[in-house]
Amino acid sequence: MRRPWLSLMAATAALLVFAAPTLACGGLIGPNGAVNLLRTTTFAGYHDGVEHYVTSFEFAGGGGAFGSITPLPGIPTDVVRGGDWTLQRLILETDPVVEEAFLFRAVAADAAGGEAEVLLETTIDALDITILRGGGDEVGLWAKNHGFRLPPDAPEVLDFYADRSPIFMAAAFDADAAAARGQAVGDGTPVHLTIPTDNPWVPLHILGLGKADGEIVEADVYLLTDDRPEMLPNAGAFGQSAGLLLDHSAPATDGLLADLRSDVGMEWVPDEAWLTKVVVDTTAGDLTYDLAIDASGAGAPSAIDAGFAPFGPDPVPRAPVALYLLLAGLIIVAVPLLMERARGGATGGTPPLAGA
Amino acid sequence: MLRRIGLAAAALLFGAVAVAGCAPSAQTVTIAIHYSLFDETELRVPQGVPITFVLVNEDPIDHEWLIGDDAFHAAHRTGTHAAHGGVPTEVTVPALATVETTITFDEAGTFAYICHLPGHEAYGMVGHLVVEG
Repeated sequence: MRRPWLSLMAATAALLVFAAPTLACGGLIGPNGAVNLLRTTTFAGYHDGVEHYVTSFEFAGGGGAFGSITPLPGIPTDVVRGGDWTLQRLILETDPVVEEAFLFRAVAADAAGGEAEVLLETTIDALDITILRGGGDEVGLWAKNHGFRLPPDAPEVLDFYADRSPIFMAAAFDADAAAARGQAVGDGTPVHLTIPTDNPWVPLHILGLGKADGEIVEADVYLLTDDRPEMLPNAGAFGQSAGLLLDHSAPATDGLLADLRSDVGMEWVPDEAWLTKVVVDTTAGDLTYDLAIDASGAGAPSAIDAGFAPFGPDPVPRAPVALYLLLAGLIIVAVPLLMERARGGATGGTPPLAGA
Repeated sequence: MLRRIGLAAAALLFGAVAVAGCAPSAQTVTIAIHYSLFDETELRVPQGVPITFVLVNEDPIDHEWLIGDDAFHAAHRTGTHAAHGGVPTEVTVPALATVETTITFDEAGTFAYICHLPGHEAYGMVGHLVVEG
């Protein structure tokens, strides 16, 4: 039996939102909007009920402000600057030739009561990080009031996540501040979140945010577990209908684990692990699910976490109405017959014998 | 007896509605916006009658309700207004807010109402209104 930690997951780049002043008429997104922030790279790990989540924002020059909103499976207890090579080392492990590969490619969104509750605020380099708790409306309103321009599908997508976990990370990236800090084009700012949770999942649906239904969504998801992970959609369905490809599945090498463990904040990486890489390659319209991972060892990833079932308490098992009607019908028919039979029995009558 | 009273009341109510329907009085049309879609996308209103549109934005993001002909919308697709207000046919509906606007259509015809915020029209925020002469 290996150590009890179960799954380590790489999660998604989320919603990139251009935070320029909102313009009411169409076609006025700044000419450099959503260009400066090339991509968001994210990695998350799960060990002994604690998830370690690492996201990197890369600076691509230019000016202006950008941001992202990422759904989280729980409330972080800590948000700090992440290590410098964790993400790159994982890519090197599975794609040693592709230098330009990233955990997640750009998810450019041409974007845009009560606000969400602010649980935590911190600044890391040129990033202003805010952890929020609230429903879809509350988080959307907070984002709007803080300069995020959410795309038109945002209300539905935020509700999709808030119904399961009302925790979000909003990251505002100030490209001017990055330039002032001397950040060069291509420099990344990794962010490491520590999230106690008993139910890890990888948000995939949000990768389609701001995209037309037919637009292609491509992303890479890295998982590191102590055993081969059970996922939903499961690996058996990958490749065709689910739009997911099981690209790598093997025990993590000692070299990889040692390298990960030597990065800042990554001392929790265990001695043994299973490395999985899932490639997302589908259209935004088909990417209606997330990737659920079973962290209990029961081999049953949650349909709710995958977005296949509505969130809510388990329904009380009830017989269907049709069954009740059938039972009622049987009673109506059967009771008179039994009574008639009972009356016959009481009078001592017996069915006449044939020919009697 | 009760049944007769009920029938009489229903007849009176029907008569009142019928009379009101014959007179060219102001009308109210409610359009809700949910998940960046108008719940009413095909409307018919009479010419020359003040129509009050009650626009209910159930989303946490801003929307627009701009109504006009093709040339009107062509101009707004490339417009530069940060927000609309003061013109009955050009309305900004803030997040989770309700806005009313009253328009009297003097000419019969077909008009479109569209949200011209970036990406919203392509997402489906389009409706049509027929003004009947």
